[in-house]
Amino acid sequence: MNYELDRITDIYNKLIGPTNELLDRNTGSIVINEDKVLSINEINGLHIEYNKITDGVEINIHVDADIRINDPVHLCVGMLPSEGRQVIRSRIYIHRNAYVKFLAHCIFQNAKHIEHIMDSEIYLEDSAEMIYKEEHFNSDDGEIYTYPKIIGEIGNNSRLSEEFKLIHGRAGNINIDYDIKQNEKSSCDIMTKIFGKKKDNIKIKESLYLNGPYASGTATSRVVLIDNAKSNVFGEIAGNAPYTRGHVDCQEVISDGDAYASATPKISVNNPLSQITHEASIGRVNKKELETLMAHGISKDEAIQLIVRGILR
Amino acid sequence: MDFDRLLEIKNLYFNINGKDILKDINLTVKKGEILPIIGVNGTGKSTLASIIMGLSGYKPTRGRIIFKGEDITDLSVTARAKLGITLAWQIPANFEGIAVREYLSINNKMSPEEALNFVGLNPKSYMDRILDDSLSGGERKRIELASVLSIKPSLVILDEPDSGIDIASMDIILNVIHELKKNGSSVILVTHSKRMATIADKLVLMCNGNIVKKGDAKKIIKFFEHYCKSCGHIGKIDEGVLNEL
Repeated sequence: MNYELDRITDIYNKLIGPTNELLDRNTGSIVINEDKVLSINEINGLHIEYNKITDGVEINIHVDADIRINDPVHLCVGMLPSEGRQVIRSRIYIHRNAYVKFLAHCIFQNAKHIEHIMDSEIYLEDSAEMIYKEEHFNSDDGEIYTYPKIIGEIGNNSRLSEEFKLIHGRAGNINIDYDIKQNEKSSCDIMTKIFGKKKDNIKIKESLYLNGPYASGTATSRVVLIDNAKSNVFGEIAGNAPYTRGHVDCQEVISDGDAYASATPKISVNNPLSQITHEASIGRVNKKELETLMAHGISKDEAIQLIVRGILR
Repeated sequence: MDFDRLLEIKNLYFNINGKDILKDINLTVKKGEILPIIGVNGTGKSTLASIIMGLSGYKPTRGRIIFKGEDITDLSVTARAKLGITLAWQIPANFEGIAVREYLSINNKMSPEEALNFVGLNPKSYMDRILDDSLSGGERKRIELASVLSIKPSLVILDEPDSGIDIASMDIILNVIHELKKNGSSVILVTHSKRMATIADKLVLMCNGNIVKKGDAKKIIKFFEHYCKSCGHIGKIDEGVLNEL
């Protein structure tokens, strides 16, 4: 193994768990540090091609038609240096009737000043299913700029489930921008969970366009803020075809300090048989939840921690 | 000092925007006593429950609350809970992302499995469920009772545990109350239910922010059903009528 892979897997071990799966020859995976692919493992039906680009890597992933990959495919992306810029430009194609689950771990434990750009395109052909879980592990005190962007299209009868979570460290500056078009009888659920502190600045834009009949989608975000952190959430669903169903659900909690949160749900329909709903709430930790836990004998701070942990779980 | 006295409420008033919600409340709860409080809607029963628990926005305008000989009037909810008081809300709070197991493990003195079994919920089916709106109101209420059982408090305030539940759940609630008593807990039971109220020998009748009577349960329930349920007023009960008690 090379030195960089050793270091990445060490950090992975400490933060996430055993690297058995990550390096298992029977598990699909790719490990990237800065602009270098350190490890890659293709399995039956999974094809990963890559090219070096300026400050990063371009990846094309294909899952063949009718292939079901039961074990999660691991995407491990990180920056070992404390400063720098990383661009990951990925195109993911899930072909007809295929199934795959990706676990993406983005590791920036040493970050002092890092810019991380994730430009993704996701295409699901008909009757395909893709689950994509992305977890970020940042440093506690660094300046980190994260720009996850997804443009996607989901085919007929296909399903995409996407989740973004900040698991550790400062959010820094996060600017999420998702834009997904859905065809007939497709479904899409996107979920973002971030804890912001100090001067973190979080922007989330989740847009779903239900263009095919019977398409359904949810755009959910959970943001908890303390100190001087800021967040701005824009959740959008457009019902553009009959029998489409969608729901925007945004909850931002300011648990302490002078944090600022704003939420803008935007829902629209251009078909009388479409039904799109939304709920958005911004505020402190729910008083009843807080006092219920306090009535069990735990302190206010402990109760807040428990509630926040639950919201972001 | 009477060592049997667990809770004493002395000359308690609660006023919002110049209106007295509770007036000169005097009440004693003994160790191991089950004390139902009945009264029509808006008489101040739940307000009294909130004041005893010390919820925010429910600080008495006047009067003292003594628990185990200690003045708790100015203590926080947590401090009161640490002394042994807890409250089960009429509509329990939901918690996103918190599983039943985690909830029933907060300061518990009984295993979550045992507590769930007691309220008739299969631990295998419920332990990993999240305390959100995927649970029905009845299920959520049972889990709340399980949590009350598991922390083995000295005083439990149950705010309308029977509202919005089915008949089978009523038996479970009554069993929980008996179990609490068996464990040495006292129970203040805010209720409208005759069946629930007759679990005790004595009960308290409230009207218009006053405790109008504490006494024989059967007599007070008879009085309540005859006069209070049909009463359009929220005001003083005629002394002559009261003398019937």
